[in-house]
Amino acid sequence: MIRHWDLFRELNQIRREFDRVFNENGPRLPFSRVSFLPGRGARQYPLINIRDDKENIYIEALAPGVDTESLDISAVNSTLTISGEKKAACEAVGDEAYHRCERASGKFIRTIELTTPFDADRIAAEYKNGLLLITLPKAEAAKPKRIAITAG
Amino acid sequence: MTEKTIPAKADAQNVTTTREDERFLKPPVDIYEKADGLVVICDMPGVDRDGIDIKIDTSVLTIQGKVAHAHDADAIYSEFGLLNFFRQFELSEEVDQEKISADLKNGVLTLTLPKVEKAKPKQITVKVG
Repeated sequence: MIRHWDLFRELNQIRREFDRVFNENGPRLPFSRVSFLPGRGARQYPLINIRDDKENIYIEALAPGVDTESLDISAVNSTLTISGEKKAACEAVGDEAYHRCERASGKFIRTIELTTPFDADRIAAEYKNGLLLITLPKAEAAKPKRIAITAG
Repeated sequence: MTEKTIPAKADAQNVTTTREDERFLKPPVDIYEKADGLVVICDMPGVDRDGIDIKIDTSVLTIQGKVAHAHDADAIYSEFGLLNFFRQFELSEEVDQEKISADLKNGVLTLTLPKVEKAKPKQITVKVG
């Protein structure tokens, strides 16, 4: 996971970390922040979790009610871009008919930069129950290797 | 005359649970009204058809969702954590509780709550005499 040190990348990271801390209501309520509200959450939509094992990197995005037709995932070098559109509940309904309006809608785009090289040709994505799961197979060079020791 | 304290039986069956330790997430909802009823749309990502539980008890609508979602891989970076969902609404008398229908698609629950006949708007024609 170590890359060449880059001042701008580091600064960007710090800024992002600040944003994350101040946007949060508290570490105990990860979901209660504005993740679904329009405006504030736009840059951070959808929220993601990243996991990995020896073979793959798994990116899980929280995106309920997104039109599967509009979902688009693309990979260039080490960056992965997720874009799509979450349609409003019902466009024909006027504002006055709403009792509550807490769900956000609109177009979104999010770019994730990964430090581990992955095989872009074999990326698999699945959208299930409002969660988008992207499986990125690690490039051969990034997989851990066992080194045999010969006893002399 | 001596005072005696008889301890209450600590019978597991007699203990009523008044509180649970579980934490829930309050799913965001949209509610809008149409001429013939209300529509409740609720974001519940990670909940499948088996995990959803909708109940109506004395005009209180309870929506509960169990998140079915497990991972073995190690977390590198995490922005959200999923918990089970829970939210309650009080229904008005205008809602026909027998005819409520629900649909779950892509992690979004849509409830249709029709109005009772007498609450629906009626057109009154004026006779020209």
